[in-house]
Amino acid sequence: MTSLFLNSRWPGLALLTVVVMALPAILPNAFYVDVAIRIAILAINGIALNLLMGYTGQISLGHAGFFGLGAYGSAVLTSHFGVPALLALLASAAFTAVIAYGVGRVILRLRGHYLAMATLGLGIIVSIVLTNEAAWTGGPDGMAVDGFTLFGFTPSGERQWYWVFAVLLVGTVVLAQNLIDSPAGRALQALHGSETAAAVAGISVRQRKIAVFVLSATVSAVLGSLTAHYSGYVNPGLAGFLQSVELVIIVVLGGMASIYGSVFGAVIMGVLPQVLAGYEGWDSVAFGVIMAAAMIFLPRGVVPSLTAWLRSPNRRRGEGAAC
Amino acid sequence: MSSELLQFILSGVTLGATYTLAALGFSMIYNASGVINFAQGEFIMVGGMAASFLTAAGVPLPLACVLGVMVAGVIGWLIERFAIAPARDAEVASIIIITIGVSMIVRGFTEILLGKGAYALPHFSGEAPIALAGATILPQSLWVLAVCALIVAGLGLFFGRTRIGKGVLATSYNRLAAQLVGVDVRKVLTLSFVLSAAIGAVGGVLVTPIATVSFDTGVMLGLKGFVAATLGGLGSGPGAVFGGLFLGLIEALTAGYISSSYKDAVPFVLVFIVLVLRPQGLLGAKPTDRI
Repeated sequence: MTSLFLNSRWPGLALLTVVVMALPAILPNAFYVDVAIRIAILAINGIALNLLMGYTGQISLGHAGFFGLGAYGSAVLTSHFGVPALLALLASAAFTAVIAYGVGRVILRLRGHYLAMATLGLGIIVSIVLTNEAAWTGGPDGMAVDGFTLFGFTPSGERQWYWVFAVLLVGTVVLAQNLIDSPAGRALQALHGSETAAAVAGISVRQRKIAVFVLSATVSAVLGSLTAHYSGYVNPGLAGFLQSVELVIIVVLGGMASIYGSVFGAVIMGVLPQVLAGYEGWDSVAFGVIMAAAMIFLPRGVVPSLTAWLRSPNRRRGEGAAC
Repeated sequence: MSSELLQFILSGVTLGATYTLAALGFSMIYNASGVINFAQGEFIMVGGMAASFLTAAGVPLPLACVLGVMVAGVIGWLIERFAIAPARDAEVASIIIITIGVSMIVRGFTEILLGKGAYALPHFSGEAPIALAGATILPQSLWVLAVCALIVAGLGLFFGRTRIGKGVLATSYNRLAAQLVGVDVRKVLTLSFVLSAAIGAVGGVLVTPIATVSFDTGVMLGLKGFVAATLGGLGSGPGAVFGGLFLGLIEALTAGYISSSYKDAVPFVLVFIVLVLRPQGLLGAKPTDRI
């Protein structure tokens, strides 16, 4: 019974839904709602990256670049060309998908540190372009973005936007779990284990890798567009190296190949800066200590280590009862 | 050769020498442990910051420089001992996170101890530029080039002629086999971290008079060192020298002839092209996989 509980996907989903539904009633003011929204954004981004890194085993140190492409795509299209927000979002997502496809085709044959270097370069190039093309992007100061109208509804204020991102988060978790349990998802996990073995088993390794790269990038781009409309403001920092690193930390700290791990990682990365704000220098030290210590003592990430620990005594007890 | 071009080449080579020192640090640690140390840039920063602070506090310049390098060496030792050694069997991504965490710790403490401001060192032998075939070069640039050349030559001797240096090389080829023939692998690891921290810090001390330094200087320098090491081929000593100089030259020429606002993008575009055409780097050996 307990192992059924731990292995099924429903309890986790139910818990997440309950927490997400209850939060607005608990959070006292708009500031906390904003923190919750930021956490949802980090979590969705983390899940997108986890599909690529955790499940497929392809590291990316430039993922914030795709987020930035989506955010700036929407910002530039709506402000400079008067394109409707939804159309701008779709256009930016399509543009990012094309870029990811083109880049993925050439860099996904690289492995390990070389792939890390190439993706890192990609992210930095995006943020440098965003900084330098000031006529379009407002340069280092960034630019303002209008609200988002869809079918006559314009979310305004933190509490309305909260529901947009809450629905997105739960939807992303469900879809990601579906993908992982599908034949396509199993193919990804197989090629993570051994590309040669996966190829022998009939999986077209290269195409699968490119597909998950494009998917992951596109999700980040859509999220970037929505985040730009929510914040009402974009700057090149959101595509920067530190942002990409933050996403990698969410994935690895929470747990590679663990959807809820990414949600957990996002909570930590969303809350910590608030707790540490105002202690200049010490925030950086505390962050560093937590990251290094988590990786040394829980190398598989917090959530997988915890579930493994929860499972082991239960299973033994279950076997004892069966005898 | 036009004097303008010569000027760009001179500044490119100076820049390249700094990248070379950073890239050598990356390669050394990568060889000994298979780890890409994302804290490498912080060693450069620590060297420059510590030397500047000590000089400002009244310590004579040469002594301050030596102490700055030693501080970085001690930090390198601490990192290996308390962050890398306990995580021996972790995955690549985990170790990358650890080194990024360590770099944040180093940056944070530097900010707490020395503040956010920029520090500078006096030029080692005056600031009067030396005229050279229509172009000029700062005496400090000559210092950078000379010390960089000395270090490269010294490392060549160390790895080629000394027992412990050969032990480091042996470990990088095959850790287990090296251990079996009596190489103290633990000592090799520690040595690599201390040495690459010290080399990075030497670079930091040398360029601080030209470029100034603050607590966040290390991030970009470290990334460019990583690019230089990758360009030449990770783990290759001559590759690091070549990658560093090549990167410095291209960057200076781009800044001079094309666009100075895009010069920071150059290393990353370059590494992109090189990796696509030659995934093992320009001078790296072709990798083989065990199935």
